[in-house]
Amino acid sequence: MKKKIILILLAVVALAVLPLFLLPDAEFGGADAEAENLITAIAPDYEPWFQGFWEPPSGEVESLLFALQAAFGAGVVSFVLGYYIGKKSPEKKNPLVHT
Amino acid sequence: MEKRRFRRMFSVASLSFLVAGPVFGMHIMEGFLSPSWAALWWAAVPPALFFGIRRIGRVTRDNPGSLFLLAMAGAFIFVLSALKIPSVTGSCSHPTGTGLAAILFGPAVTAVLGSIVLLFQALLLAHGGITTLGANIVSMALAGPLLGYGVFRLLGRSRLPFGWTVFLAAFTADLATYVVTSIQLALAFPDPVGGFPVSLAKFAGLFALTQIPLAVSEGLLTVMILGLLQKYAGEDLAALRILPERR
Repeated sequence: MKKKIILILLAVVALAVLPLFLLPDAEFGGADAEAENLITAIAPDYEPWFQGFWEPPSGEVESLLFALQAAFGAGVVSFVLGYYIGKKSPEKKNPLVHT
Repeated sequence: MEKRRFRRMFSVASLSFLVAGPVFGMHIMEGFLSPSWAALWWAAVPPALFFGIRRIGRVTRDNPGSLFLLAMAGAFIFVLSALKIPSVTGSCSHPTGTGLAAILFGPAVTAVLGSIVLLFQALLLAHGGITTLGANIVSMALAGPLLGYGVFRLLGRSRLPFGWTVFLAAFTADLATYVVTSIQLALAFPDPVGGFPVSLAKFAGLFALTQIPLAVSEGLLTVMILGLLQKYAGEDLAALRILPERR
């Protein structure tokens, strides 16, 4: 199990990191602009008819909110996992050391 | 087994590298669906949420232990859809995380969990939008989980090892989300010459291709989490009756 987890995590990291090396010149933008470009190419006359009520004032604030979203999720996932691991382990036995 | 997985991953990665180009891959932006298309996709949302909320009530009442798993399934969507990851096409996209919830609780419950995340992103992050929220819920919280769940049930009856079934279900839920997004955009913006098919090829070439390595990652992570749950949360997991019967 432990070996499998390590391999999975390595594979996931590799999948994310490899593109950075394979494509040194790519921009790696997630900018909405790219999809907009495609739409503008197909339908040059299209105008977005609605604007959101609020947008993060800067990239920094946006990344703060994304980080919070990830942190909240990771916190809950870890909490539940820890709850189950603790529940299953006999008292005073540290599951991380003994299995 | 492990080696084969790596080899498969690499071949997928190098394949998509060949057709690389600048790509974007996320939810449909605010205002980018005409009012009628926006309304059409929105129409599918209330019934899905109705069934989903009813199902959540039933599951947690019959089996209070599942509340922890429900929280985890929702949180998993939160984490994974917050991570914008570089892809082999030269741009970034994020996984959906809906596969785990679909496997544990089925598509109706996943629709509720996914909608919460999408609402958060639309309101606070200007990621997606209110007018396009209906379409984004249909792709990420409805269609993806539904197909992933279908794959899970179908392969669950086959002789495929459980881990592979989980991997393919989560992979499908993730990738299908962006295929459906491409379909939605192609329907709204058919190519002036070639119509819907040409447009679909363009959007799918961008969205779906970027998503393939991310879908692999999501599949692997879902296998990992479910493996841990199987080991430590066997009782609550058994109550959901999703594990393969011992043969």
